[in-house]
Amino acid sequence: MKKTSGMIDRLLFYTLVPSFFIALYLIFIWSPVEKVMGETQKIFYFHVGSAWVAFLAFGVVGYYSVRVLIKPRIQHHINAGISAEIGVLFTTITLITGMIWGKSSWNTWWTWEPRLATTLILWFIYVAYLFVRKMDGSNEKIARLSAVFGIVGVINVPIVFMAIRWWNTKLHPVVFGEGKNQSGGGIEPDMLVALLFSVFTITLLYIFLMRKGIEIEKMRHIVKKAKSKAIEKLAG
Amino acid sequence: MMSILKDAWIIASKDLSNEIKTKQTIGMMVIFSSLVVLIFSFAFDPTNNMVKAVIPGLVWLITVFSGILGLNRSFLSEHENDALTGLRSAPIDPSSIYLGKVLANFLLVTAVQLVSIPVLFLLFDYRFFGKISWFFLVVVIGTLGFIIVGTFLAALSANAKNSEMLLPVLLLPLLSPLMIAAVQATRIVLENETIGDAVSWLRLMSAYDLLFLAACFFLFEFIMEGS
Repeated sequence: MKKTSGMIDRLLFYTLVPSFFIALYLIFIWSPVEKVMGETQKIFYFHVGSAWVAFLAFGVVGYYSVRVLIKPRIQHHINAGISAEIGVLFTTITLITGMIWGKSSWNTWWTWEPRLATTLILWFIYVAYLFVRKMDGSNEKIARLSAVFGIVGVINVPIVFMAIRWWNTKLHPVVFGEGKNQSGGGIEPDMLVALLFSVFTITLLYIFLMRKGIEIEKMRHIVKKAKSKAIEKLAG
Repeated sequence: MMSILKDAWIIASKDLSNEIKTKQTIGMMVIFSSLVVLIFSFAFDPTNNMVKAVIPGLVWLITVFSGILGLNRSFLSEHENDALTGLRSAPIDPSSIYLGKVLANFLLVTAVQLVSIPVLFLLFDYRFFGKISWFFLVVVIGTLGFIIVGTFLAALSANAKNSEMLLPVLLLPLLSPLMIAAVQATRIVLENETIGDAVSWLRLMSAYDLLFLAACFFLFEFIMEGS
């Protein structure tokens, strides 16, 4: 068990590193430079990748939160927490790259566009989630409370998106897929290849970080247990 | 189902009679919301014409700010004499505790609003042109959603040592869709625009209310479980 998990880790690492270099090559050298936006368009590849991972990570939080409530196990609790931490990281990256993009293409750091605002509120919800996890109390209690909050947070995300969409379009509910494509309708096939590859690489990075994070958190739990055991021994 | 409602009513009336006796929380909430109005009248010059634009937002700001004070108390007060353990071990469904608290908090915040919103209109010298029945409807549905989520998170954060700080941090991001809808609907109603536009916001608010009422109703027992 231990051996195979270590092998998977190594395998992941050795695919991750070269694919990162390939992704960088594809993004910066191979794919064509966008006519209007020029070099700034390159940020697009990182932006889309990290936005995708951010939403994925929060989906994973929701999934493990439900699992915790169905069958309380420390493993699910750890998974949800690590996923939330990585999710916050990638949401931050998404927001920052999005702002740089916005500044160069829309000439403003921030607009209240549905996707932007939803991502920001998502960030706040999951920072709050991490606060809940840092509460003091027994492990089971925190696992339960944070799972409950995680579920409520996941429920909230689509509602936020709809609300902001309606708010911004001045009350004319849009049907899905209004096609507001900033790259001007459609995408160059070369760019699409680079985009897909960078999304794949960043997803790989997420899985890798997830595994490492879970491992570290588990070690922390073991150390904590050993510590309290030692204290008991010394006291008793 | 009937027994849940009956138990909820008993818990709500316990809270309310407690409140009527001491008048601690409600007094604080009324004074606090009036103070918020006062501070805002310094921030936005009431003689200015732009006041009209901020009134719908202010209605909800004072509701949320003063409401959070009340919500904080609603579960912390149960920690005195360990009353929460009593509630927990009572032979009732945990959901009825939730419903009872929602009812009590809703009535409390509505009572505060009955004072604070007229005070807001008075101090800002706001002429009311819209239909009052629609305004009531928007305020009631919005407040209900706020209380539904707020009571749930108050119960959650009451477990923490720094619950007074934790509650707003948890609550405000979750409230954001409701607040967008409520402020827009209030603006439409107050400015007497076509009601049809407000109806779609009201629908969004009702959907939010129902969805979170269902979710919180079922998830509440996980908060009350164990220690």
